[in-house]
Amino acid sequence: MRAENATSTVDGNAAAGMLWDVFGTDVTALVGVCGGCGAAVPFAETVVELDEAAAIVRCRSCTHTLFTVLRDEQGVRLILGVLHEIVRE
Amino acid sequence: MAVISRGFGARRRDSDPHLPPGQYLTEDFPVLSAGPTPRIDTAVWRFGIRNEAGAEVSWTWEEFLALPSEDVHTDIHCVTRWSKLGTSWRGVSLDTLLDAVDTDAAYAMAHSYGGYTTNVPVDELRDGQAWIAYEFDGEPLDPEHGGPARLLVPHLYFWKSAKWVRGLTLMDDDEPGFWEQNGYNMHGDPWTEERYW
Amino acid sequence: MTVGGWSAARVVEVDDVTSSARVLRVTVPGWPGSDAGQHVDIRLTAEDGYQAVRSYSLGSYGPSDTIELAVDEIPDGEVSPYLVRDVLPGDELEVKGPLGGYFVWRAGGAEPVQLIAGGSGIVPLVAIARAAKDAGAAASLRLLYSVRTPDDAIYRDELERGAADGGVAVTWRYTRTAPTGWQGAVGRVDTAVLRASVWAPEAQPVVYVCGPTGFVEHVADALVELGHAPGRIKTERFGGA
Repeated sequence: MRAENATSTVDGNAAAGMLWDVFGTDVTALVGVCGGCGAAVPFAETVVELDEAAAIVRCRSCTHTLFTVLRDEQGVRLILGVLHEIVRE
Repeated sequence: MAVISRGFGARRRDSDPHLPPGQYLTEDFPVLSAGPTPRIDTAVWRFGIRNEAGAEVSWTWEEFLALPSEDVHTDIHCVTRWSKLGTSWRGVSLDTLLDAVDTDAAYAMAHSYGGYTTNVPVDELRDGQAWIAYEFDGEPLDPEHGGPARLLVPHLYFWKSAKWVRGLTLMDDDEPGFWEQNGYNMHGDPWTEERYW
Repeated sequence: MTVGGWSAARVVEVDDVTSSARVLRVTVPGWPGSDAGQHVDIRLTAEDGYQAVRSYSLGSYGPSDTIELAVDEIPDGEVSPYLVRDVLPGDELEVKGPLGGYFVWRAGGAEPVQLIAGGSGIVPLVAIARAAKDAGAAASLRLLYSVRTPDDAIYRDELERGAADGGVAVTWRYTRTAPTGWQGAVGRVDTAVLRASVWAPEAQPVVYVCGPTGFVEHVADALVELGHAPGRIKTERFGGA
């Protein structure tokens, strides 16, 4: 699902593995509420730029970054952006 | 210890010494934008530099083209991992433009038509490191690639070379532009792989 | 054995299904089973420690510890050519999964379901079609499968046989070259194609769209234009054109 060699623009489904590294479970069905525009959307439907080291997860409505996941030799970090709420429906 | 997959790795790209780490060569010129392409008429185009005291110097398109310009041959490196070697541009050096401005500021924020911003240290805009480019490959710069004019700072990742540039605001302190607020590195040196936060 | 989420796995079968795509069957000891529509991350490690990770949708579903994926070769790629051209039964790799709790189908829903695939986006939708047929629910599902030419269609025989035999009804769309004798038009999926082949908006179907990012966005926009509620359209985008 990821274009070879280059960063690609996909959606939150493709970040499931990297997010699993943070949470220890699949979170793509959880709903994230954007603190920028209020849009409430499953993580699977976010705009994601993804490569081996990072996933930048953005709101599809207002394009602001919800959060960024970074992976290096030390481990994985999730840095919050404008994500305001997570809802399990 | 991870499981070794027999024979994997034979097809990996060899690291090319001409390319920064993690980059791959392209013959294309991919277009990547966060939003739609602005269309700016050169009749209304302005480029302005505002110094740290708020004083502004600006040029119309005609005034801008009357400034001394140079041919630039350089390599460009995009954070999405493609690199394009030997690109040809024509533009006005930031040395020429900054000579018209009274400033001691250490940082600049580039502003573009459409709202894009990106930050660059002023001393990385001087000394032949940056241009406002209006031609690519001998032709007027296409709007898709940032025309009428874009900032060109090829020694940093190409998101710093702001398309549709309209001006610089000079600042005493560094501040993050659009992508720098959204996960990308404040500095962006490809040779030390400063991609993300 | 699972380390950091990665399970050791062994390729047990490879099947070249088109000139650029291969179906692989991989046995993962301790596999917990998967829902139709889920995917896995595959990790490959070279002898010198170099690693690469890629995501692939599963064509299989259910409890079996042998999972099935279909890989389309991307020219000049790093991982897909290895999986499509080099890998042999007996080779080892690592699997993380199943992943994806959103783009899944489970039996028991009352509403009709529309599946729309672009190219290799067919893979998770085949898993859904198989699960629906096994659950006796195939009559409420339809599949629209868009490919460049008939030879590019992964799972073509299975889908055609299934459509004739209690499986999900399939509408084919060829964007470049149709089979000889094809009566229909050739070209990209547009609102006219969707209006003719997709459950009507009044039926309030749940729609699953999978394929390259451009295809998915174009189709999703067209569905909304036709009157489908955005909240009933589930999308899964692959990278690339």
